[in-house]
Amino acid sequence: MVTPAEVWQWLEAVPDPEVPAISVVDLGIVREVTWRGPELVVTVTPTYSGCPATAVIAQDIETALRGHGIERVRIETRLAPAWTTDWLSDQGREKLRNFGIAPPQLVQLAVPPPCPHCGSGHTECLSAFGSTPCKALYRCRACLEPFDYFKPH
Amino acid sequence: MAAPAVFEFCLRLGDNDLILSQRLGEWCGRGPVLEEDLALTNVALDLLGQARLWLSHAASIEGRGRNEDQLAFLRDAGEFRNLLLVEEPNGDYAHTMARQYYFDAWHLVVLDALSIASDASVRDIAAKAVKEVAYHLQRSRDWMIRLGDGTEESHRRLQAAADQLWPYTGEMFAMDEVEASLGDVGCDLEALRAPWREEVQSTFARATLAVPAAGWMQRGGKQGVHSEKLGLLLAEMQFLQRAYPGAQW
Repeated sequence: MVTPAEVWQWLEAVPDPEVPAISVVDLGIVREVTWRGPELVVTVTPTYSGCPATAVIAQDIETALRGHGIERVRIETRLAPAWTTDWLSDQGREKLRNFGIAPPQLVQLAVPPPCPHCGSGHTECLSAFGSTPCKALYRCRACLEPFDYFKPH
Repeated sequence: MAAPAVFEFCLRLGDNDLILSQRLGEWCGRGPVLEEDLALTNVALDLLGQARLWLSHAASIEGRGRNEDQLAFLRDAGEFRNLLLVEEPNGDYAHTMARQYYFDAWHLVVLDALSIASDASVRDIAAKAVKEVAYHLQRSRDWMIRLGDGTEESHRRLQAAADQLWPYTGEMFAMDEVEASLGDVGCDLEALRAPWREEVQSTFARATLAVPAAGWMQRGGKQGVHSEKLGLLLAEMQFLQRAYPGAQW
C-alpha cells in the first residue's frame, strides 16, 4: 500500500491554481493524509472562506492522486484551526519571492514587506486588497516597481 | 436551549453576510478607482464565503433537507433575518463606507466573542471569519478617517451618511428571546455595545465627525420585518433560481 509519506510527496507537485508558483503543500492547506480502510482521506483547510480556488484545489488533488493509481480518494474540509500564512513552508516563501510576490511576514510582525525585486525595505501599501483574497497591492519606493504581497493572515 | 434558536441565530449571521455581500457586489465594475473596485468585491467575496458556512450549518441543524443554496435563493423577504443596516442601498461612497464601518466594527466584536462559544461549529466558523473581518474593519476605518478628515465636501457627505444610518445600529445589540435563549452557544450582544461604541467614538474623533445623538432606533430585521429595499435586492439576487428552478453551472 502507498504510504502517506509518498502521497505527501505527490501533493508537493500539485500547484495552487491561483498562485501556481507554489504547491498546495507549500501553502500549508493540506493538513492530513491518512488511510481509512480502502479509502485515502486528504484533509484540506480553506485559505479564505470565499476563496473560489477551494473547489478547484480539491479537484486537482483528486485528479493527481488518481493519476498515481489511487482509486478511492476522499477530500475532507477542516475549518479549525483556521489556516494561517505562518504555515507557509520556507521553500514556498522562497518560490513566491522568485515569482515576484513578497511572501507573508509572520502574523505578529506588523512591518511592511521588503520588495521582492530589489530587496529594499522602503515599500508602501497601495491597497490591502489585491488580485486574489490572499494578496495586497504594494509599491517599492526604491525601484518603483509595484508588486503583490501575500498578506499575513 | 432548543435547536431552532441556533438555526435562527446562524440564519441571522449568514443573512447579514449574504445581503451585504450582494450590496457590495453592486459596486463591481463601478468603483471610483480600480483598487477600490477590487477591495469592495474582495470584501464581498469574504462575506459570501462566510454566508455559505453559516447557511450550510443552519441547514444541517434544521435537518429538513434544505441546503445553503435553497436558503439563499428560495426564501422570500419575510424569511430573511439580516439586520436592516445591511439592506440599506449603496448611495454614494460615503454611504457605502459608513454602512460598512458600522457593520465591520460590530461584526468583529461579535465574531471575536463567538470564537469561544460552546458550540464547536459556531466557534470554528467565527474563528475563521474573524481574521478576514479584521482586514475589513481596518479598511473601512481608514476610509472614515480619510473622508471625514478630508475635504469640506467629503466631510459633509460622510457626516450625513453616518447620521442617516445611525438609527439602524441599535438593532445590532438589542437582544430578543432567540438570542437570550442561546446562552454560551451564542454571545451577549448587549455587552458588546460598549466596545463597539468605544471603537466608533475614537474613530469619529480622528475623523473629525460627530457621533450622532441618541434617538429612535429602527428594528425588525432580525425577526423578518424588512424595508421594501430588501425585496428589490432579492428580485435581482434570486432571479435565476426563480426563473429557472434548479439551474446549475
